Amino acid sequence: MQDFGEAFGLALSLVVSGDADLVEIVALSLRVSLTATGLACLIGLPLGALVAITRFRGRNAVLILFNALMGLPPVVVGLLVYLHLSRAGPFGFLGLLYTPMAMIIAQMILITPIVVALSRQILEDLHAEYADQFRSLVLSRRQQVMALIWDARFSLMTVGLAGFGRAVAEVGAVMIVGGNIDHLTRVMTTAIALETSKGDLALALALGLVLMVIALGVNALVQSLRMTAVRHAYA
Amino acid sequence: MFVKTSRVGVLVAALFLGANAGAAQDQSIIVQSTTSTANSGLYDHLLPMFSEETGIEVNVVAVGTGQAIRNARNCDGDVLLVHAKPAEEEFVADGMGVERFDLMYNDFVIVGPDEDPAGIGGMTDAQDSLERIAESGALFASRGDESGTHKKETSLWSDTGVDPGEGSGEWYRETGSGMGATLNAAVGMDAYVMTDRATWISFRNKGDFVVHVEGDEDLFNQYGVILVNPEKCGNVNAEAGQAFIDWLISETGQEAIGAYTLNGQQLFFPNAD
Repeated sequence: MQDFGEAFGLALSLVVSGDADLVEIVALSLRVSLTATGLACLIGLPLGALVAITRFRGRNAVLILFNALMGLPPVVVGLLVYLHLSRAGPFGFLGLLYTPMAMIIAQMILITPIVVALSRQILEDLHAEYADQFRSLVLSRRQQVMALIWDARFSLMTVGLAGFGRAVAEVGAVMIVGGNIDHLTRVMTTAIALETSKGDLALALALGLVLMVIALGVNALVQSLRMTAVRHAYA
Repeated sequence: MFVKTSRVGVLVAALFLGANAGAAQDQSIIVQSTTSTANSGLYDHLLPMFSEETGIEVNVVAVGTGQAIRNARNCDGDVLLVHAKPAEEEFVADGMGVERFDLMYNDFVIVGPDEDPAGIGGMTDAQDSLERIAESGALFASRGDESGTHKKETSLWSDTGVDPGEGSGEWYRETGSGMGATLNAAVGMDAYVMTDRATWISFRNKGDFVVHVEGDEDLFNQYGVILVNPEKCGNVNAEAGQAFIDWLISETGQEAIGAYTLNGQQLFFPNAD
């Protein structure tokens, strides 16, 4: 396969030359997926913590539901979001379809269950350690949630990364709600799909390599942040 | 409590960001388009000229003709540019479109592996060549996605004595995907496939595939352009959308379409009235 060698060369020259279109696409990918991850954590972490510390009827069903929702197919999420944001849909008046905001919403829906399910497991284990202490301090639910999230913050970073990884890699949802519009809603994955459909497999693969390097970079950044923070915290 | 407040915050942020995004797009239109015009680079050639002249930004959503029409029926676009005349006329007859204009044409071709297992090379009758493919047992890849190309292919089969649906999954492979994805699949499994010429010329993964059948009038491929009806869809930017259509069918636009070449070949032939 000569495509591989060609792809490496192309990827390198795209990155080295700082191709303006590529920079724009990469920046949008990061903006959309990082925002979606941030929002998903804002909603998902407290929700995961709440489920972790509460016992209620049907709790098992809720756990199973969130675990199952981790496997939401992106294209189904895209379709649901499309139907809601379409001009013919209930939120059509907002004019959000084919904007980066629509892509953020879709990815947020896609990864919030991941954040809830994974953080719930981590925080429930931690809560088992803290339960007596919480009782003796008579903490409110909200205080418990905050304390758990804060103390587990380093483990929760991995949860965020899992969500980010899913968001930045998916193509089905952003393709439908973003429309892959040049200079407006084109991100790495939709650009890869487009080049594949043009039969330009080498360029598609080159973009894929760039995407993998970016994902690697984000993970490395978070890891180094965590190591620095851990050193400070336990110094 | 905490959960509630953060949700409200998210909603506020979403609305705020959404409002911003909307404001930046006042002089822009969304064109629901077929893929061939986008993948072949035609828009990259035309749109900068139009935008420079008018200041209107054109955002292209390139999907199959079937999906483009469905999206336009949901009011998710200002202009529809596709290639399936009966479906376009139905769109206008239903009141969803204002008026349909002929824009340009090219043709469909049937491509396949160079060794040509069904022996259709050089045939000029599309239906006969399809029949021969079916009889020979060679593979045929179909879009299977209600796109303009798929509709055309289906209508060609209906004039033959063959019902390809009976061979579905065997010799008749429906990919349910766009033209490019279907071409990739066809090349991968050495299957004959019908494609519009523009996509074929610009396609980069041809393998050893060549054009076997061309030149039948039945393979004519007409593109049309329609303004989505602002009376049905209040969000339609009728002024900018009509300006785009007027420009496309004007002398300037038509000349620009005819001037677009790739690898020395003209891809689209203007034929607005």
